[in-house]
Amino acid sequence: MGQATFHIWRGDKNGGSFQEYHAEITTGMVVLDAVHQIQATQAPDLACRWNCKAGKCGSCSAEINGKPRLMCMTRMETIPTDQPITLQPMKAFPKMKDLVTDVSWNYKVNKMIPPLKPRKPDFPDGTWHMTQEEADRIQEFRKCIECFLCQNTCHVLRDHDAKEQPMFGGPRFMIRVASLDMHPLDTEDRLKLVKDDLNIGLCNITKCCTEVCPEHIRITDNGIIPLKERVVDEFYDPVMWIVNKFRGGRKEASTRTPLPMV
Amino acid sequence: MDYTTHEHDVLVIGAGGAGLRAAIEASAAGVSVGLVCKSLLGKAHTVMAEGGIAAALANVDDRDNWEVHFADTMRGGQYVNNWRMAELHAKEAPERVRELERWGAVFDRTKEGKILQRNFGGHRYPRLAHVGDRTGLELIRTLQDHGIHQGIQVYMECAIVRLLKDGERVCGAFGYYREDGRFVLFRAKAIVLATGGLGKAYKITSNSWEGTGDGHSLGYHAGAELIDMEFIQFHPTGMVWPPSVRGILVTEGVRGEGGILVNNRGERFMFKDIPDNYKSQTADTEEEGWRYTQGDKNARRPPELLTRDHVARCIRREVREGRGSEHGGVYLDIAWIKKYIPHAAEHIKRKLPSMYHQFKELGGLDITTQPMEVGPTTHYVMGGIRVHADTQMTRVPGLFAAGECAAGINGANRLGGNSLSDIIVFGKRAGEHAAQYAKNASLGAINPEQLRDIEREVVAPFERPVTSENAFTIQHELQENMQDLAGIVRTESEMQQMHGKLEQFWQRLGKVAVSGNRWYNPGWHTSLDLYNLLTVSEGIVLSGIMRKESRGGHYREDYPNKSEEFGKVNIVVHKGSDGKMQVRQEPIPEMPDYLKRVIEANR
Repeated sequence: MGQATFHIWRGDKNGGSFQEYHAEITTGMVVLDAVHQIQATQAPDLACRWNCKAGKCGSCSAEINGKPRLMCMTRMETIPTDQPITLQPMKAFPKMKDLVTDVSWNYKVNKMIPPLKPRKPDFPDGTWHMTQEEADRIQEFRKCIECFLCQNTCHVLRDHDAKEQPMFGGPRFMIRVASLDMHPLDTEDRLKLVKDDLNIGLCNITKCCTEVCPEHIRITDNGIIPLKERVVDEFYDPVMWIVNKFRGGRKEASTRTPLPMV
Repeated sequence: MDYTTHEHDVLVIGAGGAGLRAAIEASAAGVSVGLVCKSLLGKAHTVMAEGGIAAALANVDDRDNWEVHFADTMRGGQYVNNWRMAELHAKEAPERVRELERWGAVFDRTKEGKILQRNFGGHRYPRLAHVGDRTGLELIRTLQDHGIHQGIQVYMECAIVRLLKDGERVCGAFGYYREDGRFVLFRAKAIVLATGGLGKAYKITSNSWEGTGDGHSLGYHAGAELIDMEFIQFHPTGMVWPPSVRGILVTEGVRGEGGILVNNRGERFMFKDIPDNYKSQTADTEEEGWRYTQGDKNARRPPELLTRDHVARCIRREVREGRGSEHGGVYLDIAWIKKYIPHAAEHIKRKLPSMYHQFKELGGLDITTQPMEVGPTTHYVMGGIRVHADTQMTRVPGLFAAGECAAGINGANRLGGNSLSDIIVFGKRAGEHAAQYAKNASLGAINPEQLRDIEREVVAPFERPVTSENAFTIQHELQENMQDLAGIVRTESEMQQMHGKLEQFWQRLGKVAVSGNRWYNPGWHTSLDLYNLLTVSEGIVLSGIMRKESRGGHYREDYPNKSEEFGKVNIVVHKGSDGKMQVRQEPIPEMPDYLKRVIEANR
């Protein structure tokens, strides 16, 4: 199928530049194959993360011709090869080396989210009744492979670098909270965390995260918007405020409030 | 020399399902736990597991129980399994699955709202708890998100190169951070190896770069024994086209949901060759097989759901005899179910979403209308570090192993779904017993001279002239040779030839040169992985030569039948005092009567 030219960003936290490489392209090849070929033949110290090579682990995120993609799921046939293909690391995270970035901030955010707190089991053997319909609602969020492409694309993190003060948890962790919040067994209240610590208010629903998700999770529509609605209901709705006062606390109300279906 | 030191009661090496589960359990016992992983947390190979977790929950078929699961596992392993491990596994898997649900896993459900279970090869009843075809992701994410709140110290992108000993017992591990090549010493009272498999010894494999047999090799060089190394599972259905995706797994769940294997003449060839010990359990007609996949309790399973070793060899035979598909595989057809059910396309997408996605994106093929091309791919190693069944401790005091890098439960062939249950059952046991051991132990002494020797060895590739050997080239050649000479069909002469080549590879490894510096340098990492790959390849070849019969994942053209004599032994390798690999046969302990009766009752 011929050759392709790549301009790959080489460097580290102190800086770097694009270097030119050439790769032989064969049928069905993906961008990650080309990177491996360049590694094996021209640049053995070219750094890139990868594991499964099948879109299941979310390790090989990068920007291909400026678009955040998984390198293992981007077929060479879908990219024009009459001009050089640029490969660079995700922009929203600190550079480590070449295509590898420091994504450790994401792991810190994840740790802030309290884990599942299940209600008492329904059956004596310690299990619960759950319908497939209940499971379906959050299984969509649980498909997330933590490639962090949504985090990388989110302008709040990418352009405003809102990782410390204020800190925005980012789309990945909004849907993680949503997956717990909508979990049929869960009794924990995470809305205050979502509002005050993960700052859901900073999201202005541009849906860029949904567009880049390789798992096609409807992050904004099914995760972030329902969470925003719940935050509004709990903290800003005067009727709910009175109801909560009357019931003696938000937490109890939140477990009873039916979730909006979007 | 420059390195940082960390101290823990228990150090777990590997953060897939087994490692995470071990770390969680050890931490729960109140000891300090370090967890080391070569990749980022949550990216380990467990994430790739698709079909499900085998556990006799009996939610779908109430005839299921631990005894049937045990008998299925032993039959699948052709009776060279460690029967005690198979027993513990069958008994404890259901509770481990329920525990995952408590920690947040969301499995597919039955109509009654219980955990749904699906059919899989070699399992008599629908037994695999699953989440569509991404069960591994659910398992690892559940353990990860639970584990990060248990006070476990995680060291990401850190690779261990050697274990350290104080006299007989293990006392530490030495490695480097992939990020910047910094060296790190872990001092620990107990160490759990949970490093997974070694598929990267072969050219066509479903394994990621990580599957380089690190734990096998670390354990071996520290004095542990390896058993059953000749038993490699070649999964019958890997992708074969396009070339760049060759080997990527196509879940057995496709066949569990009714998918059939067909040759280029349109024949369903699996009906032609059904082993004697499975005849009574296998469907007579296509129609009966279909009913089985749809939950008819009176139907028997279709021949596509025979054990993986057998299906893989049948596919190879079809291809060899000219009945293969265009690109050297056979056809796996799930679209045909439209003959039986309306809205088949939607059904397939719901049951096998990631397979639909994988073929659509990587193969440009719609599995709801077209057959897939599939062929065998190196998937799993049944063999590994020999451990005590109940505690998972190796013969090296303080050194434990769990999951794929440990051996025993699977015998000569692993049933699909038994690995996800294996890793949580024995991961827990390893963590528990390592913690217990650590509570009664103190930190061992570190020999600084030994550290200096290891460091010298590890940085040596940077000091050689760059015109010397290239690590990637050696790795490619090793993979090609192992595929050709110690692959799915073996002979004495080819394995001897491979043994000779391994000696050359060892010599070439001593000449590998690496350019650049220690910052995230894949060339350097590969040169270090090679040490492990060569060690395990030697184990496979020497064990394979000694087992002069065909059984499970070890098929020999020169000894095509099972032998009664070899059915009574395990092949064991260890590092001799001269540094050379020693190989011997050892009798399998006699199975107690109560387990024999279970086997008899489930013939």
